[in-house]
Amino acid sequence: MSITYLEAIRAAQAKALAEDPRVFIYGQDVGAFGGAFKATKNLQQEFPGRVLDAPISEDAILGAAVGAAIEGMRPIVEIQFADFSTVAFNQIVNQAATLFWRTGVPCPIVVRLPSGGTLGSGPFHSQSMEALYAHYPGLIVMTPATVEDAYSMLLEAVAIDDPVIFCEHKFLYYHLKAEALPETALPAGRARITRPGRDLSLVTYSAMVHEALAAAEELAAEGAELEIVDLRSVKPLDTDTIMASVARTGRLLAVGEAWPWGGVTAEIVARVAAEGFNLLDAPPQRLNAKDTPIPFHPNLWAAHRPTARSIAEAARKLLRL
Amino acid sequence: MVATQTTRDTVGESRAESLAQAFRWMLLARALDEKMANLYRGGRIHGGVFLGRGQEALSVSIGMALRPGDIFAPLIRDLAGRLAFGEPVLDAVRTHLGSVLGPMRGRDGNIHRGRPRAGLYVMISHLGAMISVVNGALLARRLQGRSGTVGATCIGDGGTSTGAFHEALNQAAVERLPLVLVIADNQYAYSTPTSRQYACASLLDRAKGYGVDGHGVDGTDLSACLATLNTAVRRAREGHGPQMVVASLLRLCGHGEHDDAFYVDPRLKESPLGRDCLAVAEQQVLAAGAASPAQIQQWRSQVQQEIEAAVAQVQQEPAPDPYAERWEAISTTRLLDQFAST
Ligand SMILES: Cc1ncc(C[n+]2csc(CCOP(=O)(O)OP(=O)(O)O)c2C)c(N)n1
Repeated sequence: MSITYLEAIRAAQAKALAEDPRVFIYGQDVGAFGGAFKATKNLQQEFPGRVLDAPISEDAILGAAVGAAIEGMRPIVEIQFADFSTVAFNQIVNQAATLFWRTGVPCPIVVRLPSGGTLGSGPFHSQSMEALYAHYPGLIVMTPATVEDAYSMLLEAVAIDDPVIFCEHKFLYYHLKAEALPETALPAGRARITRPGRDLSLVTYSAMVHEALAAAEELAAEGAELEIVDLRSVKPLDTDTIMASVARTGRLLAVGEAWPWGGVTAEIVARVAAEGFNLLDAPPQRLNAKDTPIPFHPNLWAAHRPTARSIAEAARKLLRL
Repeated sequence: MVATQTTRDTVGESRAESLAQAFRWMLLARALDEKMANLYRGGRIHGGVFLGRGQEALSVSIGMALRPGDIFAPLIRDLAGRLAFGEPVLDAVRTHLGSVLGPMRGRDGNIHRGRPRAGLYVMISHLGAMISVVNGALLARRLQGRSGTVGATCIGDGGTSTGAFHEALNQAAVERLPLVLVIADNQYAYSTPTSRQYACASLLDRAKGYGVDGHGVDGTDLSACLATLNTAVRRAREGHGPQMVVASLLRLCGHGEHDDAFYVDPRLKESPLGRDCLAVAEQQVLAAGAASPAQIQQWRSQVQQEIEAAVAQVQQEPAPDPYAERWEAISTTRLLDQFAST
């Protein structure tokens, strides 16, 4: 058996629906059509009445999810592209994120955001929104990089009593395959050392984990061993694992597909600089997408976000510092 | 013949009774609002004070038309409706005076108070945002197989211009949810007159556009408000889908107590829209024989006593203690970001 990242997401939703009558799926075209990316394919037929097509109303979709959660349901919302969650921003950050703290009533919703770029997607279908949501107290932000994590973390997201922003990466939907779905999993909030190494800690998440792995192969051929830390969730951020890695290597390169300004990589650098300054043999560095809207043409897009090549180059530079 | 007679009497009696009941809530709401405004002027209130003055007849009718188990997401001017729906006076006083014993424990205040588990939803400031939340609650109940409940929420004429309003109304219509959406068309959104807010002849046109039932009502007339809200709630409960009620009235105060409402056109105050619904209600109560002037006088002093007692009690209560506060924004404590809370 071989299962893709997208199939893992579908399988997790099927399992959640089967095991918990409180779970339902709400979003545009998620019903008979099976979702724009087919992440909910066949689920409506399998679970009649529990996979509901919504009008194109991201604000109302998220508002309804909050109301349903208050009444004891556990909605999974699919936003067609992460970019369109800006329309629902108010309901996510002001309604869902504040509910528990204000009222003591938890808000168990999962917002699935097909995130990040793919070839030819352009400025409005490629954005990575994790830093934006992580900025707000009250939200958990998951960014799975593997098929296994996509499956187990989505199940965990549904089980958690708080709003989870589930940033699944569109580029990984079909590119990644695993042999089987996992029985057990590392809990969210814990980072994973994807590849051990002694010379530099490369802290990243989501699709960038795979670019980082390719960069590490390149550098291994040159005699440098990069240690790759896959954050898995950006909020909470596993500062302990990051710090332990930096303690081993003395160098930090934080890599993210999102924009640089005040983002996840900035947070990583800030924490390491504040808490582990004496562990560092060189200034902590970060690599992000360029600070422009996301370009459409493949030539431009390939240079806009970090790639194995630009990551390897940044690592080489840092190793020389 | 006899049977018809009896029925008519019962109806007459129950109408008089609900008029009297509604009027008592209105008296309580008006007096409680005034008390909070006085305390505000004395510098004793945390945050602002926003009155329901002039909107009590409409608001109380919502609270009275709903039943326990229904959902109510009130807006700032809905003190009368809240009280009629069962909100304790203490909840209002505690949030205004900053008692930690209030339902929001000092974390949110005044108009943002509520008890979601009791069906009294807590508004966020962003206008229009509560409508879809009520939709979701009604959707949840449908999925749970619990039918027969109604969700009501309110909005002003200004709030009807938000995207959230339109998305949510359309959503409710598509799902045919038992939503009662009450619009208080009080002629101003803060200082903006309705002519700068919408260009349709009446906000009732919106109902038609979305495929939902619309009901217009004179918001200064308690009798009419009670009848209209009863009809709307009943129709929603019976499965006729969302019901929109548009009440015409005038806000008889500023947006909040910080606002002297200099911009209100004096001709509006003189017009039928400017009638004080409390005075109209009193006449209706007397005309229906639901109470005597002496009884009304007694109610007035009763509500005053109740309010003074609540304020005296709350003034003895502790404020929130920042050192005892749980600075935790999520319930899954194992996922708290330790770094963030330091
Ligand atoms: C989305 C949004 N924008 C702006 C505000 C600021 N604001 C608060 S009340 C108000 C006027 C509301 O007018 P209306 O809806 O007519 O209600 P009224 O105060 O007249 O009862 C405004 C602009 C807000 N709360 N929400």
